Amino acid sequence: MKKWIRVLTVSGLLLAGPICSPIGAASWSGVDETVIEKFAEQAGRSAREPLINTDQGDLLLFVFLLAGAVGGFAVGYWFRVLFPPRRVKVNPDV
Amino acid sequence: MIDHRLPIRTILAAAVLLCALPSPAFAMHIAEGILPLPWALLWYAVAFPFVAWGLRDLRRRSREAPWFKPLVGLVGAALFLISCMPIPVPTAGTCSHPSGAGIAAILIGPGLTAVVASIALTLQALFLAHGGLTTLGANIVSMGVAGAWVGWGVFAAARRFGLPWFAAAFLAGLFSDWATYATTSLELAAALHGEGSFTTMFSLILLAFVPTQLPLGILEGFLCAGALKFIRSRRPELLRAVPEGGAA
Repeated sequence: MKKWIRVLTVSGLLLAGPICSPIGAASWSGVDETVIEKFAEQAGRSAREPLINTDQGDLLLFVFLLAGAVGGFAVGYWFRVLFPPRRVKVNPDV
Repeated sequence: MIDHRLPIRTILAAAVLLCALPSPAFAMHIAEGILPLPWALLWYAVAFPFVAWGLRDLRRRSREAPWFKPLVGLVGAALFLISCMPIPVPTAGTCSHPSGAGIAAILIGPGLTAVVASIALTLQALFLAHGGLTTLGANIVSMGVAGAWVGWGVFAAARRFGLPWFAAAFLAGLFSDWATYATTSLELAAALHGEGSFTTMFSLILLAFVPTQLPLGILEGFLCAGALKFIRSRRPELLRAVPEGGAA
């Protein structure tokens, strides 16, 4: 029960961001926009287009999804190598 | 027999994925072109010895323990995912990401954290419009060097002062996250203060990070402590090289 409360609290905190918007028109911009680029522009420098610009339409969604899938697979693969599943003892009498 | 841990993991994984999916376009590293060329080169020069040392460390430690390469693979992939996952911070209305450098430094050492961070940051700069190639050196220094060494140092110091594992790991995660963004502030202020005061600009940038990174640092502290607790309960031998307050 205690574990469930902890899991639901962490999940709730993580999901609270996209669901609620306590400061009104929260834009959910990254700190690159709200901090780094803001100060850079004040100093007369602005961000350039990346060498391979995947920030076009839904292309960025695709590459993020691909990166998540490949990264997730790698994590899962190495996790299984390092932490093999525990064997469940089966009672033959049952 | 039903494994009761499965739904718990599924819920956590779903929550993390749901947070990661809606806003992939926002990067948190220093973007391409923001640093002037001399500063970009300087940060490359600062990062290089740490990465080279980490690579040497990988060869040596892989010979000593067969499980070490899989551990580096796991930590590298996790660091890549963590450092490109935007997490919304309701108190600030913005998104940012944990660095993952604290737990990486505890598990594989600060030298190798620089190596895995440089690989993760290069992939992000090339394919995810996240960071940049000219600013790669600066981003490696803030995340893979400063974040890693601070996390590792805080963990070692906390253990030496007799703090329990969980508390030491929490502090390592917390301070490695804050150190990453403090170093980013320093890099930006050093390159962009112009005729103005470096200290003023550094303080202003650092303060601007606070509403987002203060809660995220706490989240990273718990992530770091949770991961270490899990490894200690399942395979404590993986933590043989973890600092007890002395050895690197």
